[in-house]
Amino acid sequence: MMQWETVIGLEVHVQLATQSKIFSGASTAFGAEPNTQACAVDLGMPGVLPVLNENAVAMAVKFGLAVDAEIPETSLFERKNYFYPDLPKGYQTSQMAQPIVGPGKVEITLDDGSTRSVRIHHAHLEEDAGKSLHEDYHGMTGIDLNRAGTPLLEIVSEPDMRSAKEAVAYIKALHAIVTYLGISDGNMAEGSMRCDVNVSVRPKGQAAFGTRAEIKNVNSFRFVEKAIAFEVERQIELIEDGGQVVQETRLFDPERDETRGMRTKEEANDYRYFPCPDLLPVTLDGAYVDHQRALMPELPSEKRHRFENQLGLSAYDAGVLASSRAMAEYFEAVKDVCGDAKQAANWVQGELSANLNRENLEIGDSPVTAEQLGGLIQRVMDDTISGKAAKQVFQALWDGEADSADAIIEARGLKQVTDTGAIEGMIDQVIADSPVQVAQYREADEAKRGKMIGYFVGQVMKASRGTANPQQVNSLLKQKLDQA
Amino acid sequence: MAIEHADVLRAAHLARVGLSEDEATGYVDDLSRILKMVDQLQAVDTQDITPLAHPLDATQRLRPDEVTEHSQRERFQACAPAVTDGLYLVPRVVE
Repeated sequence: MMQWETVIGLEVHVQLATQSKIFSGASTAFGAEPNTQACAVDLGMPGVLPVLNENAVAMAVKFGLAVDAEIPETSLFERKNYFYPDLPKGYQTSQMAQPIVGPGKVEITLDDGSTRSVRIHHAHLEEDAGKSLHEDYHGMTGIDLNRAGTPLLEIVSEPDMRSAKEAVAYIKALHAIVTYLGISDGNMAEGSMRCDVNVSVRPKGQAAFGTRAEIKNVNSFRFVEKAIAFEVERQIELIEDGGQVVQETRLFDPERDETRGMRTKEEANDYRYFPCPDLLPVTLDGAYVDHQRALMPELPSEKRHRFENQLGLSAYDAGVLASSRAMAEYFEAVKDVCGDAKQAANWVQGELSANLNRENLEIGDSPVTAEQLGGLIQRVMDDTISGKAAKQVFQALWDGEADSADAIIEARGLKQVTDTGAIEGMIDQVIADSPVQVAQYREADEAKRGKMIGYFVGQVMKASRGTANPQQVNSLLKQKLDQA
Repeated sequence: MAIEHADVLRAAHLARVGLSEDEATGYVDDLSRILKMVDQLQAVDTQDITPLAHPLDATQRLRPDEVTEHSQRERFQACAPAVTDGLYLVPRVVE
């Protein structure tokens, strides 16, 4: 049986979160009425001139710095020529020979917490096309050009990934970087991140790459994994049956979990790139690049290392908490209030995440604020309430019963009783009320007693309505029962 | 470099330019003469010369990221052959 190796390279288009388009002053807001955000420049009207958006440049440079890439001093815009109704100018303004971001690398984290590096070939700026609506408009196709001219950063990886899981980890790493930097909202459902996946297989040990297929427009983490899994199996079966993979563009069908070849054109695409005469070379000096570097926030991989090395979290916890900027900031705020990173990590990943998942909320929409959760953890740590009562308090905070843990503890009388005298009183009562169990306990040997004491602890906790400190109850009970 | 009839038809197709057979034959001659001149240029030693991206010795000006254009849909669509519900209509595109 032949052993196969999968080789994957990705082209990820990231929609940049600018207010206006890359070459015009039209708005990029999502969801506007058709063609109300397509101005004369976007429509390619005669006589218009594109002028480059400074924010799109700054965002691209920040991304480059985040992936340790070279930022060349000069980059160029070129025209990629093809005809399609949602491309009004007959060419897409893009970059090819001299992109704005040179070679770099991204650290990816796999499920087992191990990390590895994926090389970035380059990243370039370009404009998005409009949208074709294929529903029936009197037998015609409808065109909405609002998206035409929206800035995209196309990030091209080297063929460094060897499994669908690595490809997903890579996209997640890019997603975390662009959202941390605030250069994209990363909303895959609205198309803010779109992937073209290049997949090939080769016999294990062979140095040369196999023939690849390109799967276009795969728009969720899950679809990337499924599309690759299907495609790898298809290619291996094809070769093992004596066939050959043809280089082609395929589409992923999420309803059937399969990829299908697009109608093969008789001739390969010939985009006839040439430098755009309407745009001058873009020059970025060292001072500009340093300025952008100074504006960058702490990045996900830096945060992960700090959580692990300085806060003492496990690699897994650090990875989960650093996976999104919102999650990391929430966690750090909780930690700052309660003063204990491990407790903060447990609560954010446990009770909080479970509630968020159940109600399908993002952490930014959490009804419990970081300050409230930190305040609750403080009360557990200073023994004001038991761990069990803490869960009740959390739920009450979630339901908006009061605006602080202290208010809920007060209102519900959950304060833990640690006064030895009070606990002893309750224990004496329980012992007096349970003569049969006490007799059995005293006859039993040490091993059995360990199990039997649970009954008494339960009775005392019940009598205290859960407010007695369980450790104290346990040790005091043992003393009293073992006495006689 | 020689150019042939098929090359002209292919270039015409890529540019969506309709050419008759006679016109194509004429272009084979015209384009061949242009390419001959290019061949002449190729003979010059350009080893140490950085390719020129733009004839102007200037740098791209950048504009602030502000929305300055507002909808003029009715004006733009006044010259479109077919529109409906704010969409431009084009002959059906089949993927």
